[in-house]
Amino acid sequence: MELVVALAIGILAGSGVWLLLRPRTFQVIIGLALLSYAVNLFIFSTGGLRTGADAILRQGAAGTLADFADPVPQALVLTAIVIGFATTALLLVVLLAARGLTGTDHVDGREREQ
Amino acid sequence: MPETALLLILVALPFAGSLVAGLLPTHARNAAAALAGGIALTSLLLVWMAYPSVSAGGVLRADIAWMPALGLNLTLRMDGFAWLFAGLVTGIGALVVLYARYYMAEEDPVPRIFAFLLAFMGAMTGVVISGNLVQLAFFWELTSLFSFLLIGYWHHTTTAREGARMALTVTATGGLALFAGMLVLGHIVGSYEVDAVLEAGNRIREHPLYLPALVFILLGALTKSAQFPFHFWLPNAMAAPTPVSAYLHSATLVKAGVFLLARFWPVMAGTEAWFLIVGTIGLVTMLLGAYVAIFQNDLKGLLAYSTISHLGLITLLLGLNSELALVAAVFHILNHAAFKASLFMAAGIIDHETGTRDIRRLSGLNRAMPFTARLALVAAAAMAGVPLLNGFISKEMFFAEALSADAPLGLANILPFVAMLGSAFSVAYSLRFIHGAFFGPDPVDLPRAPHEPAAWMRFPVEILVLTCLGVGVLPAATIGPFLDLAVRSVLGDDVPDYNLSVWHGLNLPLLMSVVALAGGAALYLSLQRLLRSEIEGEPLIRRLEGKRIFERTMVFLSWRLARRLEAVAGTRRLQPQLRLIVAAAFLAGGAVVWFRGFGPGNLPPSPIDPVLASVWVVGGACALGAATIAKFHRLAALILVGGAGLIVCITFVWFSAPDLALTQLTVEVVTTVLLLLGLRWLPKRVQVPGERGPEVITRARRLRDLALAAGAGGGMAALSYAVMTRTPPDLLAQDFLARAYTEGGGTNVVNVTLVDFRGFDTLGEIFVVAAVALATYALLRRFRPAPDSLVPPAQQLDQHAAEPVEAEGGTRPVADWLLVPFTLTRLLFPVMALVAVFLLLRGHDLPGGGFPAGMVVAIAVILQYMIGGTAWTEEHLAWLRPRVWIGAGLLLAAGTGLAALAFGKPFLTTYFAYVVLPVIGKVPVASALIFDIGVFALVVGATLLMLVALAHQSVRGRRATSRVLTKPSRAVRAPVAAGED
Repeated sequence: MELVVALAIGILAGSGVWLLLRPRTFQVIIGLALLSYAVNLFIFSTGGLRTGADAILRQGAAGTLADFADPVPQALVLTAIVIGFATTALLLVVLLAARGLTGTDHVDGREREQ
Repeated sequence: MPETALLLILVALPFAGSLVAGLLPTHARNAAAALAGGIALTSLLLVWMAYPSVSAGGVLRADIAWMPALGLNLTLRMDGFAWLFAGLVTGIGALVVLYARYYMAEEDPVPRIFAFLLAFMGAMTGVVISGNLVQLAFFWELTSLFSFLLIGYWHHTTTAREGARMALTVTATGGLALFAGMLVLGHIVGSYEVDAVLEAGNRIREHPLYLPALVFILLGALTKSAQFPFHFWLPNAMAAPTPVSAYLHSATLVKAGVFLLARFWPVMAGTEAWFLIVGTIGLVTMLLGAYVAIFQNDLKGLLAYSTISHLGLITLLLGLNSELALVAAVFHILNHAAFKASLFMAAGIIDHETGTRDIRRLSGLNRAMPFTARLALVAAAAMAGVPLLNGFISKEMFFAEALSADAPLGLANILPFVAMLGSAFSVAYSLRFIHGAFFGPDPVDLPRAPHEPAAWMRFPVEILVLTCLGVGVLPAATIGPFLDLAVRSVLGDDVPDYNLSVWHGLNLPLLMSVVALAGGAALYLSLQRLLRSEIEGEPLIRRLEGKRIFERTMVFLSWRLARRLEAVAGTRRLQPQLRLIVAAAFLAGGAVVWFRGFGPGNLPPSPIDPVLASVWVVGGACALGAATIAKFHRLAALILVGGAGLIVCITFVWFSAPDLALTQLTVEVVTTVLLLLGLRWLPKRVQVPGERGPEVITRARRLRDLALAAGAGGGMAALSYAVMTRTPPDLLAQDFLARAYTEGGGTNVVNVTLVDFRGFDTLGEIFVVAAVALATYALLRRFRPAPDSLVPPAQQLDQHAAEPVEAEGGTRPVADWLLVPFTLTRLLFPVMALVAVFLLLRGHDLPGGGFPAGMVVAIAVILQYMIGGTAWTEEHLAWLRPRVWIGAGLLLAAGTGLAALAFGKPFLTTYFAYVVLPVIGKVPVASALIFDIGVFALVVGATLLMLVALAHQSVRGRRATSRVLTKPSRAVRAPVAAGED
């Protein structure tokens, strides 16, 4: 299974980086979304891939890693998802404002002179 | 008074006084002068109080633990040498304050200069009584900083600004070198305490790092003492008010350099390198400074170069590697302070009373100001080394040393002649100062009619000149004990026999003095014609101007080089920057692999599940598809990204992370809606079939980006595979799992982590989210869409064409169009709200929590907007005020954290207990739930604020269009939930 997830992370990251290097603002924002999926999955995967592990403790008992999924990467990724959403929103608005001001959706605010 | 308190007060008092003086009103010149004078006298008194113990051979110490764990203490230390210097700094400081009170004009902001003077005095005291190398370097830099402020006091003039900047650049750069030298020295000795350093002389001189330490420390000392080739800042610093010059360039700032040399003389001198560097530089500086001084037409300029020359003399003496020369150097430091301070003050009096300092314009002031003339005459004679004055005695000692010096490279043979030559120059410029200003015919055409200054303004000069006389006539009785004290504390038991007396009999030094005096007078007479000519500057070396070289260097460094670097390495375009960042990240990862090797871990990979594998085939296709079509088919790309997001979500569920899946799902929905709202404002871009392919350059660029993307993706894949096939570390996880229930009161460890263990993180995060929401809102308030986005989309125009516009500025409510979905959404709203509350409340124990719950509410509301239309929704959901939600959320979360303080617990400590409720029974209650409610409220508010602000743009856009189309129609302000735009 590790191979599948690793390839998935690779494809997401590669597509994200490709879009990040494109000249249009919308491409960049989509690229960042894909890249953040890749990074979130990567952070999540550092806890190990566990199918069928319990996520919830039983009342009154302390858990061990043998039975439970690693909560630390999960908590980190949860934070990352929300922050990622906020920054995407900010980027979108900045891009829209830039587009309104400059009249172009090129990342440099002006079309490349050929 | 205990010595700790005494030393502390000595350093702290001037700084405290400086603060107070700085706060006085601008015109409070008497109050500021009284304050500064009082503090200077108090400091002088404190220094005097230390005399009994210091004179008994003791060393006063103060150690205040500052960061004991790192071995950092505030260490103050006063031995005889430091005591003498402290006396000099505070004593001349007091005289300068008195002088400045009368010198400064009414319109000058006088409290400021006293504030700077006091702070400078504190910094200087700090330098001389520091007991720690790093601390010394710190005070050293403080003196550079305050001298910058003092020199630039009249900052409305260009010369003051430039002079100040130059002084700061040179001395502070030297200070940095000194700091480096102190670090090396501390490393050699193994301690940064001055006491330890002073005991490690042999170790220092024999250490392989001796030379670097020496060079760095000398760079610091020689820049400060204005030694060649760093001397050029000092004449330019003459733009300072004269009291400042009198203080900085006689007793304090420039003396800090020679102080340092003398301080570390016992442990660093005695080597050939020391002689070659210090001795040679001192020699060159002495000659050069004296020569240039003769040709200065500005009184202060003359004194400035003379200061350079005398400091060169002191440096030369220190460089001679002889104990007697050190005695002479310390003695000359004192003598020079006395006569130079009085001469600067006299020059200031002349400037103050006549309005000019140009020697060619001044003449015959002897008649108008006889007292001042006599005082200046005595001081200048001391500078020239006339017998029965203090300068004579130290000059005799210098001659004796020059004759007996044991110098390599045959320098010993020329030293006596050079000494005589320098001394003759000194006589010549002293003569010029006196003869030019006070003798000759009555002055004509002066800006002001000259007369004697206020008696109190002359008083400091009188004191100093009396000192010159007293020391000159009765050296052993006046300065003797103090000099002995200082020298003894530097040299310890190695103090040589020296004889402080005026008459040593007829010997070679006396003969040299006579020759120098006669030669100087002859030189001055022979130069008369040249000096009266209009030619500026000195013959022979006129073109060797340090100032111009310095300016060229500065222009080159800070302008040309910077510009060239920017042109070569900088770009304002985003793509190359991003490309560089990605490439750097890739290379950084690659470098680690290259050096440390790479291999998959040893965990056996789990079997591949065909279901998830095929799900990811779809996911990968979505990602690649989005990457391909994002330029021309934005909507399709957005849908594909959403697909990839859902598959990430499935992956989270698959690998036992329900909380993540829940959050990812809701965030995915909101992000998609957000981007959809944004699409409206982007320019149309249509791919024309059969269009000519991209240029070759573009194609090459794309290939490069593709390679970079493939590399980055491949690297990430390899990295994650390697990580996943290793056993994850369980450092924190084990701890969190073990404590989540017993100490956090929840069974959902992820949620307990967020609201309890790492609550501070979450608090920071929600503040970020709030800030972002407000920022988007603020940006959108002034949003100006591009003109080509103003026209309503084709679908909207079609709809308007089919249905006639009913009300002013509006169309039929969307609700009428989509009645069935509209009714369903309205019914759905309370259900979704219930789901949100459910998620929120169970979050501590089961998957859920504030984040997903808040997102669900936001989705419910945005659904109403989409189906019901803006107008309807805002009419019916008027209670929904996003900014209030944001504020309430932040207050609630932060308040929960602060409440812990009220119970004496650290910030954000969670309280947790079981409460027995009727019917339900025993339930756990944690204050973390209140925190989570805060998070929930914030997420609702922030998300809605962003979405609604963006959605509103189309309403505004339409209004803008209608304004464009039908001019006068007044746009109706809809009740706006997201805030009034």
